[in-house]
Amino acid sequence: MNNALIIGQYVPGDSLVHRLDPRTKITIIFFFVFIVFLANNIASYTLLTVFALASMLTSRVPIRFIIKGLTPVWFLIVFTFILHLFVTKEGTVIAEFWIFEFYSGGLIQGIAISVRFFLLILVTSLLTLTTTPIEITDAIEDMLHPLNRFKFPVHELALMMSISLRFIPTLLQETDKISRAQASRGVDFKTGPVKDRIQAIVPLLVPLFVSAFKRAEELAMAMEARGYQGGEGRTKLRELKIERNDIFIFILFAFVIAGLFMTRTYG
Amino acid sequence: MDITFENVTYIYQQNTPFAHKAIQDLSFHIESGSIVAIIGHTGSGKSTLIQHLNGLSVPTEGEVRIGEYRLSQEHKPKDMKELRSRVGVVFQYPEHQLFEETVAKDIAFGPQNFGVPEAVIKERIKDVIPAVGLSESVLERSPFDLSGGQMRRVAIAGVLAVKPDVLVLDEPTAGLDPRGQKEIMDMFYRLHNEQDLTTVLVTHSMEDALKYADRILILNKGTKFMEGTPEEVFSQKEALQSVQLDVPEMVQFLNRFEEKFGQQIPFRNQSVEEIAQMIQQIIKELNQDE
Ligand SMILES: Nc1ncnc2c1ncn2[C@@H]1O[C@H](COP(=O)(O)OP(=O)(O)OP(=O)(O)O)[C@@H](O)[C@H]1O
Ligand SMILES: [Mg+2]
Repeated sequence: MNNALIIGQYVPGDSLVHRLDPRTKITIIFFFVFIVFLANNIASYTLLTVFALASMLTSRVPIRFIIKGLTPVWFLIVFTFILHLFVTKEGTVIAEFWIFEFYSGGLIQGIAISVRFFLLILVTSLLTLTTTPIEITDAIEDMLHPLNRFKFPVHELALMMSISLRFIPTLLQETDKISRAQASRGVDFKTGPVKDRIQAIVPLLVPLFVSAFKRAEELAMAMEARGYQGGEGRTKLRELKIERNDIFIFILFAFVIAGLFMTRTYG
Repeated sequence: MDITFENVTYIYQQNTPFAHKAIQDLSFHIESGSIVAIIGHTGSGKSTLIQHLNGLSVPTEGEVRIGEYRLSQEHKPKDMKELRSRVGVVFQYPEHQLFEETVAKDIAFGPQNFGVPEAVIKERIKDVIPAVGLSESVLERSPFDLSGGQMRRVAIAGVLAVKPDVLVLDEPTAGLDPRGQKEIMDMFYRLHNEQDLTTVLVTHSMEDALKYADRILILNKGTKFMEGTPEEVFSQKEALQSVQLDVPEMVQFLNRFEEKFGQQIPFRNQSVEEIAQMIQQIIKELNQDE
């Protein structure tokens, strides 16, 4: 398994961020995503950046791991920055190069958008880095619960999510195993013309699908054998509980929001 | 082909919080033409080890030499195809690698990738099918319609059709019925002798290791725990038990015999018949004494 992208990967730990109720984390991130778009000057951006970086440090996920894991995203951030630098024609000219003129407005907007982007990615990946998929699903099921009244299949949706999440690592492992087996039989996934490489996918996909279907069938059978019959009246092994830490974080976050409204410029 | 491991360490997912050292500072040598059994408790690094034999994994530290091929961090050959055509690997549950429409096509897949001419492949299929104990009637069937045991045999046939010099077997009989297990192991043994192969066998069965191997390598938590001939290894019952391994039934029997009758029969990898004769001899002597 290669780890080019860490979004969606859980790093076990026992930090404050890990121990927060998943609903707390999801709610805060939900609002964070909105307020990032309200920041519009140095003070407000600094405030949000400090909050995000502080959460990252508190989570005790190795920083090197986060930085390396976000490699593809870095590329995107740099790309947006450069695009703004070239395209935006506001403010005063600060530099000239060949036929290009760079404006102060472009520089500022480039930085602002990049920071915004970085904050969004950092905070959302922090959620998956510190919360197990099962916790996330439980939280979503719990938060969508009111929709039940409108005949929205909340439990089924959550079940589908947790099953998919549960099987992603399994499928990745399986892919790894089968591609090793086929590589041993002379398939070359890494070099050669594109056409050959695309063809090389068939010996990988067919066994993968066969085993995925087999697993699905076995799982359905096992669930039925253990008397699964939908969400009605089902109790939970893991109860979600809001604790002191969660309340503390909510209050802290309320201050961040208040601070944001105080520091941002209006008009 | 001679195989040498020199201070090999392998780390999965290096430089991440998930880094895991699966093999540590492992050195050993496998002589060309021999059968070596690799034994170890689950998770001891056996499968990781054998992935170094055809370049699927390159050592994080140290060096692996297979014939004239060298694998290390400083020396990573770009094209592993030739190495892979000379080292055939039968993975744990190899039936998971089947994908073609017919059995014949699936067996032909490996040789085709390695550039064997079609006419030669046809010949080879004719040879390997009976060798793995299948009949020609399966050739045009879909591999997915076969029983588990038959699928296993097709997958093995696909590896044999490449005609490797080194055969690497990762628990080739796991999950088969006892008779199928014996058939398949006997088949590998016959092929080994007929085609002068070098065979590396990963197994949980002490009986197989005793019966087929020239040398045994025991792994424990990614390091070499013991190495030697079956006689040397299996005479150290306590050491083996300390890493959750048993000794073969034969050795157990001899130990119990000694406990009960106070007569020692040294273990030299004798056959059941030989042991029976020795016991007869001892009983005769005891009777004469009286
Ligand atoms: N792709 C991987 N990523 C991370 N760790 C792995 C990976 N594959 C194996 N490991 C770890 O490496 C160690 C050795 O695994 P390996 O598969 O070599 O064991 P094994 O001796 O073959 O066991 P078994 O008898 O169960 O087949 C195990 O602890 C395993 O968890
Ligand atoms: Mg294994």
